[in-house]
Amino acid sequence: MIEARGLCKRFGAVDVLRGLDVRIARGRVTALVGPNGAGKTTFIKSVLGLTRPDAGTLTFDGATIGNDEAYRARIGYMPQIARFPDHMTGEELLHLLRDLRGGDAANEWLIDAFGLRGELKKRLRVLSGGTRQKVNAVAAFLFSPDLYVLDEPTAGLDPVSAGILKTHILRERKHGHTVLLTSHIMSELDELADDVIYLADGQVRYSGALDALKDSMGHVNLERAIAALMLKEAA
Amino acid sequence: MSTMMKVARYQARDVVRSRWLASYGIFFLAVTEGLLRFSGGDARTILSLASIMLYVIPLVTLVFATVYLYNAREFTELLLAQPVTRRRLFFGLYVGLSVPLAAALVAGVCLPFAFHGFDEAAQRMMLAALLGAGAALTMIFTAIAFCIALWCDDRLKGLGAAIGVWMLCAIVYDGLVMAVVAAFSEYPLEHAMLAMTLANPIDLARVALLLQLDVSALMGYTGAVFQQFLGGAIGSLVAAAALSLWVAAPIALGARAFGRKDF
Repeated sequence: MIEARGLCKRFGAVDVLRGLDVRIARGRVTALVGPNGAGKTTFIKSVLGLTRPDAGTLTFDGATIGNDEAYRARIGYMPQIARFPDHMTGEELLHLLRDLRGGDAANEWLIDAFGLRGELKKRLRVLSGGTRQKVNAVAAFLFSPDLYVLDEPTAGLDPVSAGILKTHILRERKHGHTVLLTSHIMSELDELADDVIYLADGQVRYSGALDALKDSMGHVNLERAIAALMLKEAA
Repeated sequence: MSTMMKVARYQARDVVRSRWLASYGIFFLAVTEGLLRFSGGDARTILSLASIMLYVIPLVTLVFATVYLYNAREFTELLLAQPVTRRRLFFGLYVGLSVPLAAALVAGVCLPFAFHGFDEAAQRMMLAALLGAGAALTMIFTAIAFCIALWCDDRLKGLGAAIGVWMLCAIVYDGLVMAVVAAFSEYPLEHAMLAMTLANPIDLARVALLLQLDVSALMGYTGAVFQQFLGGAIGSLVAAAALSLWVAAPIALGARAFGRKDF
């Protein structure tokens, strides 16, 4: 669904992406992992068209991501930091997104699962960080897009809410949606991901099935497998 | 409804609910009411009001808009991830921010006037000119705030730059003009003065306003030159045209920066 070839991006003196080659398969959950500053967020922002690569190609369903904005109607984005205008209510935020997307929102399952109906009438400023993160999730899942881009989706959520969100992610996958997510919680990725892309220093160090990674590293859980990968890198 | 208007509407609703915006409107309400009570609504009221507005509007607009834009950074990114063009989004955000600021000013000034009653048509014209200049300044400095927030990712630096721009336009510039006049007093400076007036939006707004109010004695050096060279009607026209250009230029610059930025 997404294919990057030789993707490069430089911010000032820092090479954030250094010839990134990666493919994200349709209908699967792909986890983007790597140390801080590896280029995960920059890659995600490139997919969304928020950041333009200096070199290389990046395609969404075969079409180069460039100046045409229409492809973003097929993406639901959940940013890492859930920060909204102070005096806007959750309902207004969702209405705004609905207006911009055109068409009726189909999927309000998360609103009810999180018990968020009452909270949506309040101004976003007065909500707790966790509740804002729930609103953030609702916004990303509202339109049942083909691709979900989730940047640390469960950060700040309590275990029950995180469980609800994970259930929902897996259900969407079952319905054929593609998911690209980052997380620092390896057990969570173990539970959700089909594929793993390991980024370090702006390059892909591993890309493939989660199970294959575990097998090749001789570990049964992702955390240890990634740790082994990092140690191998360092050696 | 266009994408631009959709964004502008929701953003304006957020801005209008801000306590800062309400304080801004109430400030003008109090000042106007006070001036009307003390000086009774003649040309002097408008003049006093104008001299306060010329300082306060740029300062509040720059600081409010810059802070707002830095706070809205994540929200802007969320909107950019939707199927909208950057251009439409920029204009939506711009209108949603500048229109409430201008509306607070207009409402704050007009309410006391409406309460005390208009005396004559001439007064109405003066008030309209005053509000027109105020709205133009709001639009100019909102656009400059966009440029600052887009150009500089560090919010503290951005806020410093906003206050710096205000100091330059509102305070330092007058001193600069005076220094030029003193240093080159042997030379004919009329054209240089005209150019200097056109180069500073606050100066330009002041001259445009004072030409309209027909009080040349209060116009200072640049205003006197302006009237001498361009006469009443033509001078007003030139000033208005230059002010429009001042509105358009930072907006165009901001739109360009918004289109190219890596968020």
